[in-house]
Amino acid sequence: MMAAIETQGLTKRYGRLVAVEDLDLVVERGEVFGILGPNGSGKTTTILMLLGLTEPTAGTVRVLGRDPVREPLKVKRRVGYLPDTVGFYDELSGRENLRYTAQLNGMRGPAVEARIEELLGQMGLLDAADRPVRTYSRGMKQRLGLADVLLKEPELVILDEPTLGLDPQAAHEFLGLIRSLKERGLTVLLSSHLLHQVQAITDRVGLFRKGRMELVGSVPELAKKVLGGAYRIRVRAEGEGLESALAAIPGVLRVRRENGGFLLETERDLRPDVARAVVREGGRLFGLELEEPSLDEIYRAYFEEVNRDAA
Amino acid sequence: MTRREGSAFSGLGVVFLKEFADQLSGTRMRLLEALIVLTAMATIYAAIQTIKNVVGEDVFLFLRLFTTAKEPLPSFVAFAGFLVPLLAIALGFDAVNGEFQRRTLGRVLSQPIYRDALLFGKYLAGLATLALVLLAVWLLITGLGILFTGLAASGEEVARSLLYLAATLAYGGVWLAVALFFSVVFKSPTTSALAAIGVWLFFTVFWGMIAGLLAPVISPVHYGFPEEVLRQAQTELALARLAPNTLYAEATLALLQPEVRALGPVLPAQLEGMVLGTPLPLSQSVLLVWPQFAGLIAAGVLFFTLAYVVFQRMEIRA
Ligand SMILES: Nc1ncnc2c1ncn2[C@@H]1O[C@H](COP(=O)(O)OP(=O)(O)OP(=O)(O)O)[C@@H](O)[C@H]1O
Ligand SMILES: [Mg+2]
Repeated sequence: MMAAIETQGLTKRYGRLVAVEDLDLVVERGEVFGILGPNGSGKTTTILMLLGLTEPTAGTVRVLGRDPVREPLKVKRRVGYLPDTVGFYDELSGRENLRYTAQLNGMRGPAVEARIEELLGQMGLLDAADRPVRTYSRGMKQRLGLADVLLKEPELVILDEPTLGLDPQAAHEFLGLIRSLKERGLTVLLSSHLLHQVQAITDRVGLFRKGRMELVGSVPELAKKVLGGAYRIRVRAEGEGLESALAAIPGVLRVRRENGGFLLETERDLRPDVARAVVREGGRLFGLELEEPSLDEIYRAYFEEVNRDAA
Repeated sequence: MTRREGSAFSGLGVVFLKEFADQLSGTRMRLLEALIVLTAMATIYAAIQTIKNVVGEDVFLFLRLFTTAKEPLPSFVAFAGFLVPLLAIALGFDAVNGEFQRRTLGRVLSQPIYRDALLFGKYLAGLATLALVLLAVWLLITGLGILFTGLAASGEEVARSLLYLAATLAYGGVWLAVALFFSVVFKSPTTSALAAIGVWLFFTVFWGMIAGLLAPVISPVHYGFPEEVLRQAQTELALARLAPNTLYAEATLALLQPEVRALGPVLPAQLEGMVLGTPLPLSQSVLLVWPQFAGLIAAGVLFFTLAYVVFQRMEIRA
């Protein structure tokens, strides 16, 4: 079976500005893939090209095995898309807006009404369902957008900053929703700036910078590449002279003081050595844990590095 | 749940029905209806006043309902020629950029429909709205006319007035397509409305003047021969006919005034054997205005195609 998304040498130029450059992206079926990167790095442009909403300057795109420019209907019937700023017909109610989408997909009948009802319930919009969208808050529109995407029962969903404007509770529920989509075998491509969320739900991520996808892989893979495979040990301890003692342990690369203790970067898992050193110095040890690298750190470390190199 | 296999017009009906409902329920529709009804009433009043005095002298009394003016009110035909373009522009100026502004375009175009279906659905909805309004006005005039003057319309008169309605619709279709085109080209509805009205003003006010200035340049009269004078007049007419309002005015004239036997400069030779003032049969009038009619439709198609070409390649960034 073909990959859900496959691009080769995908490029988009606006005059002299290169928005996306030579992108080779493969998203396997059933995968949750996150695209990350600073503002203006080409995430939205990439998504637009996947949907045939803008024409690539060069390169090829295959979505569910088809070319979205040459066979748009076959692609769009099976792909759900949530734009970064989602809009609805203000004077129509949420339900009517969904009904219109259903009709555009050729879906009719009582089963559709039931499905709309179900989605509105799932998004917590039942109370507002028959009010004009004009009266919705930003986050309510975003929820309606998610219902709109799921309505056609897509095989692939593409979400551009889906949690924008959602309250923490809704954002959390949204993460659960994405997981349930994955369990049902859907493929998900999403862009986001909320790195801990991305880390929580994605199988792999791609890091964009200035139109190029410079890094791609699972979070541990990226950590290895960016953070040099370093281990991080968080030590919660008190005592005199601990900092120099910890720094003196062979294999410790860096010691950073933080609230209530230290953060060590080490070559190996040095937890026993750290414990021993603290005790030897007469310090009081409260906690010791080996830390998974967070996407947040990877992201920051990576962009600090490339920006330093560029400067 | 059934899914229809997609053709090029997949979704056209859905778009049409939604847009049509939007048009009819919109506030701007209420305003325009009020305007149209008001003018219809005013002109019918004027016409009835005048017509009462000439009953019996005129065979085409019913058609005079549409063409009679009484100071200071213009005839209904003059009113319509002025209002229909504005109505059409009002119905179409924000068709596409309005969706951009509401950020609905990306969402709609990621559904399985072609862009043509969206554009065409909107155009047809505008046209249907226009047709509905025109038909309502026609019924109003016919009804009131019969009520107040007691005259009975002949079959030919009804046919002629309905053909006039069709020509009006075709004329409105041109301006609707112009408005649609600008709504694709410009991102702001204000700009597109101004641009469409600008084009309309250009043709209504300035084009006749420009044609008058250009004709002597293209076909100068050097020696004052009748052939030269005629050629210049023909050139001027040909130029004037590039404007949809000229075509529409000619079509209106020939349809509502059966005694009009020719459009444009007439040579004495052409008049030979004609009895002046005898009305043309309907079929002949239709033949006479056929080119004008076709021209109006062609102009509509041209602007729609332009809109389509631009829209097809446009980037849909919300
Ligand atoms: N219509 C356009 N004309 C010219 N340049 C454009 C156009 N649209 C986007 N760009 C440029 O393309 C680049 C990529 O934009 P894009 O919207 O893909 O960024 P993004 O990664 O989605 O950013 P964000 O995180 O802010 O959403 C930017 O430099 C932007 O200025
Ligand atoms: Mg973006």
